Amino acid sequence: MTTSATTQSGCETCPAHAQLAQMGVSLGKYDHLVALAGNPNTGKSSVFNALTGLRQHVGNWTGKTVMRAEGGYTLQNLRYKLVDLPGTYSLLSASEDEEISRNFLLFGRPDCTVVVVDATALERNLNLVLQVLEITDRVVVCVNLMDEARRKGLEVDVRSLSRDLGVPAVPTVARTKEGLQNLVQTVADVISGAVTTKPVRPPHPPELERAVDELVPLIEQSAPGLPNARWVALRLLDGDHKVRQALLSGELSDLELQQSAPVEEMSSVVALQGRQ
Amino acid sequence: MTPKVADPQTVLLRADTLRREIGDDFRDRIVFSLYADAQRIADRSVHVGAKRGWDWDQKIDRIVTSPVLGLPIMLGILALIFWITIVGANVPSQMLAESFFVIEGAAVALFTDWGVPGWITGFIWNGVFRGLAWVVSVMLPPMAIFFPMFTILEDLGYLPRVAFNLDWLFRRSGAHGKQALTMAMGFGCNAAGVTATRVIDSPRERLIAILTNNFVPCNGRFPTLIMLATIFVGAAFPPAFASLAAAGAVVGVVLIGVGFTLLASWLLTRTVLQGAASAFTLELPPYRRPSMLRILYTSLIDRTIFVLWRAILTAAPAGAVIWILANIDVAGVSLAQRSADFLEPLGFAIGLDGVILLAYVIAIPANEIVVPTMLMVYMGVGSMSDVTSYDEIRTLLIDDQGWTMLTAVNLMLFSLLHNPCATTIITIWKETRSAKWTTIGSLMPLVFAFAVTFAVATIWRLFA
Repeated sequence: MTTSATTQSGCETCPAHAQLAQMGVSLGKYDHLVALAGNPNTGKSSVFNALTGLRQHVGNWTGKTVMRAEGGYTLQNLRYKLVDLPGTYSLLSASEDEEISRNFLLFGRPDCTVVVVDATALERNLNLVLQVLEITDRVVVCVNLMDEARRKGLEVDVRSLSRDLGVPAVPTVARTKEGLQNLVQTVADVISGAVTTKPVRPPHPPELERAVDELVPLIEQSAPGLPNARWVALRLLDGDHKVRQALLSGELSDLELQQSAPVEEMSSVVALQGRQ
Repeated sequence: MTPKVADPQTVLLRADTLRREIGDDFRDRIVFSLYADAQRIADRSVHVGAKRGWDWDQKIDRIVTSPVLGLPIMLGILALIFWITIVGANVPSQMLAESFFVIEGAAVALFTDWGVPGWITGFIWNGVFRGLAWVVSVMLPPMAIFFPMFTILEDLGYLPRVAFNLDWLFRRSGAHGKQALTMAMGFGCNAAGVTATRVIDSPRERLIAILTNNFVPCNGRFPTLIMLATIFVGAAFPPAFASLAAAGAVVGVVLIGVGFTLLASWLLTRTVLQGAASAFTLELPPYRRPSMLRILYTSLIDRTIFVLWRAILTAAPAGAVIWILANIDVAGVSLAQRSADFLEPLGFAIGLDGVILLAYVIAIPANEIVVPTMLMVYMGVGSMSDVTSYDEIRTLLIDDQGWTMLTAVNLMLFSLLHNPCATTIITIWKETRSAKWTTIGSLMPLVFAFAVTFAVATIWRLFA
């Protein structure tokens, strides 16, 4: 993996600097789709607002983003659509939020997924990062709340983190917009291939791997076009009822259609959130 | 036994066989290795600096979520917010009202000079404009003070602590602990509170949260409560304690509202929505320093202007309706008077009067305009008397209209408990997609309101 050498101080000279434009919800077509995932209360909505210029409600409590919000920004003449997924701690259980998130990651086929993590609680947040990495390769980890970490006397070594995860990690303070230029540039680089990602997937015990290897071709035959049959295999081996049913009913393919259909009405959704 | 064409059934069968071979501790092993990896990576990239700061969060939490001090601190904060709102809103409200009435007077004089027909002048300036003027002057100052303070609490991270403190109460009534959060959002706007119930996963508990959200007074109702508390409760105390007593009264009303939330949740759990309360984990986020600029923006633009704009949109037509009702005479008596007379017996039975009930009927689109509507009907729109201060309102209500403490108390109770506004009803429909639950959500509070005010009025009259 290679990371771009952009540093904090190099921001002003970076070609991206002058070209980031917030697009709000007024984007018809877009060039790239970016998903925003993360644990609850990591400042995900702040990142979303800072990038899109929208005013999704921000509050310091868990689970206040109740709707999937979408917005956009442009960088170097390319339009990026940003989808804010509900905050979740994991993708393994059957809660509605987790299902929305993992369905989008699987079938919405984002060009890149930004996982926002809380720098002050990295260990807990990495659980989700590792699960996202099981589903998709193109991930950028946004290590947010760096200011709080500094205040608490924590030093987060993002280079080491990036090396261990196999995907870029960018330190940010979304509230003051620190590091966000670097974040959007890194996302662009991952999408263009200028930065290649090689996510860590810690090996499972050999008998699991054998079972997965056997199931993957079967799943690929029965639900062609599925982006990550390996993940579906793991879910089936876990006896995940939703995934079982989805496979049986042919919903796995339907879901794909649903997710790729254009989603409108976003302005009304954002407006509603502002009402609180 | 690999099949040639894999249909979903075969895939599942094979998966089940493999699952049995692997053993059923699969999930545990996956989760275990996941946590181990996360810990390993985190340990390598996070270094704890030498000067580890004092852990304020835990110290503060030990106090504000303590079983003994938690609730009193919460009530204290609530009372403080209301007190600041009451003290701070009085003067600007009066100044706004005075300037609006100057504008109204000047405009009417100008229209008369121009020879505009009297009914047009009356309709526009004494009807529509007066409705707007009342809403803006009664609502804007309290909102501009209350909302920023509420947003600070939210940004700080205090709301989850409130949920934590109240969790046991909600669990006992069979509801979800997170209902405390959606209830708190209801203080801002019940429609927003209803939308916020999406944080509750269980459909049963979510429905309870939706149906009972109306029992906390939203911002549209606070001005009514604050005004009544100031005029009636505050005035009954020596001036030095007046604002404190008024704040205490508003806190009392809020507590009654919380009480009814719990009671209604309990009743629903025992009857139509039976089931056990589900467990959940509530993360207490770190306290964060609120960003002042964003607070001002969120609370003033998103909340204050939004609520005010909605009030203005409904106040203008309501003002027009009142003017028409007051100025169309049937057999020498205005329609407004006739409707009020018609509602009088019912109003009397619950300790109110016909005009107040009429105001509630006209104000169904938005609770904000109840008091202005009431005052306009009382004053008779034809009269040019301007009422700009709380003292004048007090004189008008007590001396001219025969209000008593019972009227004030019951109006506060009615305002707290009655049916949700149109926006909230529509939101309940959107969230439940059920005519049945929307109807229950609208009528259950109304039944509560009539029952409680009737009981209070009856008992009051027995002893008075």
